[in-house]
Amino acid sequence: MPKLTINGVEVEVPAGASVLQACEEAGAEVPRFCYHERLSIAGNCRMCLVEMERSPKPVASCAMPAGDGMVIRTDSELVKKAREGVMEFLLINHPLDCPICDQGGECDLQDQAMAFGHHSSRYDENKRAVEDKYMGPLVNTIMTRCIHCTRCVRFSTEVAGVTDMGLLGRGENAEITTYLEKALDSELSANVIDLCPVGALTSKPYAFVARPWELRKTETIDVMDAVGSNIRVDARGSEVLRVLPRLHEEVNEEWISDKTRYACDGLKRQRLDRPYLRKDGKLQPVSWDDAFAAIAAKMKGLKGAEIAAIAGDTVDVESMFALKGLMTALGSPNLDCRQDGAKLDATTRAGYLFNSTIAGIEEADAILIVGANPRWDAAVLNARIRKRWLEGGLKVGLIGAPVDLTYKYDHLGAGAQTLTEVADGKNAFASVLKDAKKPMIILGMGALTREDGAAVLATARKIAESTGMLVPASKDEEGNEVPAWNGFSVLHTAASRVGGLDLGFLPGKGGADVAGMLEGASKGAIKAVYLLGADEIDTQRLGDAFVIYQGHHGDRGAHRADVILPGAAYTEKDGLYVNTEGRVQMGLRASFPPGEAREDWAIVRALSAHLGDALPYDSLEQLRAALRKSNEIFTEIDIAPEAAWGPFGAEGAMSETGFGTTVENFYMTDPISRASQTMAECTEVFVLPKQDKTGTEG
Amino acid sequence: MLRDEDRIFTNLYGWFDWGLEGARKRGDWSTTKQILTRSPEDIVEDVKNSGLRGRGGAGFPTGVKWSFMPKEVKDKPHYLVVNADESEPGTCKDREIIRNDPHKLVEGCLIGGYAMRATAAFIYIRGEFYNEAMRLQAAIDQAYEAGLIGKNACGSGYDFDVILHRGAGAYICGEETALLESLEGKKGQPRLKPPFPAGVGLYGSPTTVNNVESIAVVPEILRRGPQWFADLGTPKNSGTKLFCISGHVEQPCNVEEEMGIPLKELLEKHCGGVIGGWDNLLAVIPGGSSVPMMPKSVCDDVIMDFDTLRGVGSGLGTAAVIVMNKQTDIVRAIARLSYFYKHESCGQCTPCREGTGWMYRVMDRLVRGEAEVEEIDALYEVTKQIEGHTICALGDAAAWPIQGLLRHFRPEVERRIAARKAGEPVIPVMEAAE
Repeated sequence: MPKLTINGVEVEVPAGASVLQACEEAGAEVPRFCYHERLSIAGNCRMCLVEMERSPKPVASCAMPAGDGMVIRTDSELVKKAREGVMEFLLINHPLDCPICDQGGECDLQDQAMAFGHHSSRYDENKRAVEDKYMGPLVNTIMTRCIHCTRCVRFSTEVAGVTDMGLLGRGENAEITTYLEKALDSELSANVIDLCPVGALTSKPYAFVARPWELRKTETIDVMDAVGSNIRVDARGSEVLRVLPRLHEEVNEEWISDKTRYACDGLKRQRLDRPYLRKDGKLQPVSWDDAFAAIAAKMKGLKGAEIAAIAGDTVDVESMFALKGLMTALGSPNLDCRQDGAKLDATTRAGYLFNSTIAGIEEADAILIVGANPRWDAAVLNARIRKRWLEGGLKVGLIGAPVDLTYKYDHLGAGAQTLTEVADGKNAFASVLKDAKKPMIILGMGALTREDGAAVLATARKIAESTGMLVPASKDEEGNEVPAWNGFSVLHTAASRVGGLDLGFLPGKGGADVAGMLEGASKGAIKAVYLLGADEIDTQRLGDAFVIYQGHHGDRGAHRADVILPGAAYTEKDGLYVNTEGRVQMGLRASFPPGEAREDWAIVRALSAHLGDALPYDSLEQLRAALRKSNEIFTEIDIAPEAAWGPFGAEGAMSETGFGTTVENFYMTDPISRASQTMAECTEVFVLPKQDKTGTEG
Repeated sequence: MLRDEDRIFTNLYGWFDWGLEGARKRGDWSTTKQILTRSPEDIVEDVKNSGLRGRGGAGFPTGVKWSFMPKEVKDKPHYLVVNADESEPGTCKDREIIRNDPHKLVEGCLIGGYAMRATAAFIYIRGEFYNEAMRLQAAIDQAYEAGLIGKNACGSGYDFDVILHRGAGAYICGEETALLESLEGKKGQPRLKPPFPAGVGLYGSPTTVNNVESIAVVPEILRRGPQWFADLGTPKNSGTKLFCISGHVEQPCNVEEEMGIPLKELLEKHCGGVIGGWDNLLAVIPGGSSVPMMPKSVCDDVIMDFDTLRGVGSGLGTAAVIVMNKQTDIVRAIARLSYFYKHESCGQCTPCREGTGWMYRVMDRLVRGEAEVEEIDALYEVTKQIEGHTICALGDAAAWPIQGLLRHFRPEVERRIAARKAGEPVIPVMEAAE
C-alpha cells in the first residue's frame, strides 16, 4: 500500500494504482481524455500531466504507477502550463463547430477548454480536415473533430473483441478509422459514442435531434434482454429520444448493447394508443368501457379451465402479479410466463437463476456454455466473459451451435450427447471443470426450449453437482470468510422471465403450459386467451379462442386479438423487473404512454372490477405491498440474493438434435425492437449479409 | 589527437577485408573464449569502470544500464537488442561500422549478451541500409559457421543467437521502445515508461537496447582493460568516439577521435577546415539534427564531450557534427529539420502530433519573413510546450533545433520580417545546408 503526498495531502492507495487514481483519492481532480478506467492505458493525450518530485519533466499521471513516498503536485504553475499547452495543441486542429456539434453540452473537450483553454487561438495556419469514415448505421463520424485519444480503438479491440478499428498514418496525418471502412461488427459498438470525449463519434440516429439540456433524464432499467442493464432514458415531452448506460458495476459496468440503446425509436411506431374491439372481423376503435364490457360479456359463463393467460417477455412484475390475481379469481389454472416453452422449473429458485452472478464471472476459471450464444442472448454479459478471458487462466467449453463469441473456446459438441458425456465424466472438459476452483455452467434457452428441456436441466444440475460448482461458504486459514460459490447459471433471454417464475406465473394444478394452451385453444377446449404482451407464440394455433391482447405494440399478438387493451412500454411505467441473476430492479417512468394507453397493472385492475371481483389494491403502492407479502424476494431492490440449492429438472431421455439458439436476430427480439427503424437497418447491415442468400433479395 | 594504437575501429574506411579473416587479423574474436569464462558481473563491472557512455545520443553509462537487467533468468529469457536504426540526420557512424567492421558488432553482441545473461541478440537495422544488412548478415553467417556464435559459442558452452531484422524506414523506430514494438511486428509507436525495457521489454522479457557503437567497442575494452578506455578522453567522458562531420567543411568524413577533442581541432585536422576559413563559420550542430546549434563564438574553444556540450546549451548526441558556414540560409536549414520531425512524428501523443506541424508551418513562413515579430515568441513558447511533455524524446528533438535558432539567430529572423515588410530582399543567400 504505497503512501503518496499529493498537494501536501498524504494518501494511501492500493498497490498497482496509478498516480492519477491517487490524485483522485486525495481530492485533486486531474483532467484527462485518453484515460478510461475500463480500458488499457494509452497515455497519449498528455492532459493528465502532474509534477513529480525528483522528475525533471512532468509525468503522465495515468500511466505512472503510484510509488511509496512520491510527492506529487497538481496545482503548480508547471502543471498548469503543461495542461494549457496540451489543450492548445488539441484545439489548434479541432474545428470550431460546437454550435452544430451533437456533443455540445456534454463534451469533455468543451468542458476542459473552459478550464485550460486560451481565450483566442494563436494558430494562424490552415486547420487540418479529415475525411469522415463509415462505421455502420449507428456511429456517425466527423473525424476532423478527433483528438486521437484511441479510446474507441481500445474499446473495440479489448471490450468488444473486434479488430475493426485502428489508427492509420502517422504524425498529424494519423487518422482513426475502421480499417476497411466497414461497419463496426459488434453488438456493443455504440459504446464508442459514449467513450469519445469529443464529437468525432456521435450517434447517427440521434444526430441533430436534441441538446442535452433540453432532455428529462430518467434512471431506469432495460428490458431488451435478461441482463437488466441500468440505463438512463432521455426524453423530451412524451418522446423518448435516447437511451444511455448507467454505471452498475455488478450488472452492466458502463456498457449497454446496441439494441438497448437504439431500439427506443421503436417506441414511436406501431403503437396501440386506444382500445380496439373486433367487430365484423375487423378491429375497430372503441372506448375502454366498451372493451371491458365486451370482455365481461365473453367471460361470463366460461369455466376457469377454459381461460388461459400468457405473459410476454418484457412485462413488469406488477402487471403479471395483477393478472395472476385476476386469473386466480376467475378460477383458471392456465397461466404461463414461459412463452418460448422453456422447461424451466420453479420448484427451486437456484434452478432458474444465474447463480454465479454476472460479476461472479470475473472469478470463474472454467465455464461450460450449453445451448447459448451469450453474444446475442446477453451481449453485455458476454463482454464480461471476454474480460475474464483476457485476464488469462479461463477455459471455456461450448456445447451447441459454434458461434464467434469474441474469445476462444473449445467446441465440445452439438447437443445432449456431449452434455451427458460431461455429466458422466467421460468428456475431457469434465476434468477441466473439476480441477477449476470456481467452475460454472451457463445454461442457455437453446438447451431448455425443447421437448427434453427438463432432462437437459437435470443433466446440467448433475454436472454442477458432480464437478464441484457448488462450494459452500467457508473460512480460510486466516479465518476470513470465503463466500459460497454456485456456478450453476441459467442465462435467460427475457427480462420478465425470472420475475414471472418468482411470482409463480405458471400452470396451477391441472393447468396447461403454453404448449398445452395452444393445443387447447386450437381444439376448442380453451375458449379465451389473455396475452399480456405475449407476441412470441404461434398465434395461428389460437384457433377460435377469444383473444385479449394487452400490450403496447401492434405486433403478432395484436393482429390476432379480438380485444386490444393498450398498455405502456417499459419507459412509460414504473415497474419491477428481475434480471437473470435474480436481482430485483426498479424501472421508472420516463414519459407517458400515448393516447388512451394506460399502465398495465391498472388495466388489469380496472378489468377485474368489470368482471365483478375487483382486485384488492387501488394504487401501485398497495399492489407492491401485496406483492411483497406474497414473496419476500421483492422486498429488497438491487440485490442478487443467494438461492438455496434443491432438486429441479426431471431426468429422462434426450434427443440427439443439437442445441440451437433462441435469438435468431439479435437486433429484433421483441415488439419494440421489431418496430425500430434503427434495428431494421442493423439487421440489414449485420445480420442479413451473413445469412444464406435465397436469390430473392432483389 | 588519438594515437593510432588506441583506435578501436581500425577498418573504419574499408581499406581491409571486412570478413572474418580480416577481422581476426585486426584482433577481433581473439580472446573471446577467455572473456566468456569470466562472470557476467565481472564484465559489467569492467564496462562500468571503463566509463563507456551510450553512443546512441543520450550518453547513459552503458555498464549501469546493463546492471539494471535482472541478476537471474527467471521464467522469461533475457534479450539484447541492438539499435542499428541509424536515422538521425547527419549521423552515419553505425553504417560504417556495419559496412567495414561488422565482426566487432557481432562479437560485441555475444559478449554483451553474455554479460546480461541473454539468450539472443536482435539487431534492428534501418530498412534503407540494404547493402549494410546484407554485409552484416554475411558476417553473422560467417560467425555461425566458425562456431563463434550459436550453440556453444566460441567453445565456451554458452548458447547465443544473433538475429538480424530489417526495419521499414521510420525514424521513430530508432526510439528504443518503438523499436521493440516494431520488432514485435506492431506499429512503431513508443511505449510508456515505466515499465522500462530492462523489466518488460521485447515480448515482455527483460531487454536492453544498445546502440551499435556502444556494443561494438565492448570487446576491445575488455581485451585492453577498462583502465585503458577510461584514460582516454576527459573525466566522465572517457574513451574514443566516432565523429561524423558533414556540411561546410572541405572534406566531410567519419573519424574516430578521443572524447573531448576541441571542435576546432576536429574540423581542421580531419576535415580540412571550414569552407571559407574558420572565420567564415556560422554555426555547428554538434550531435545530430536534434540538438540545438552552437554559434561560432561557442565553437571557437568548445571541446567535444557530453558534459561540456550540455554545459553550453547543446549536446554531443550521436556526435554527428553538422557544420554551417556563413553562406548557409540558417533559417531555412532549421525549417528543413522541422519538416523532417513533422514528417517523422508518430502521431501518438498530442504535443508532438500537433506541435511539430505547427512549428514547421511557422518556420516555413519565417524563412520568407511572412510573419509578425510576436510570432517568434509564440513559436518559442510552442517549442517549450512540446519539450518534456511527450511520451518519447522526438518532441524534444523537434523543439531543440528551433530553440537553438531562436537563441542564437533571432536577429536574423527578425531582420527577415522587417525586410519583408519594407519590401527589401528577404533571403540573403540562396544556398541551404541540405
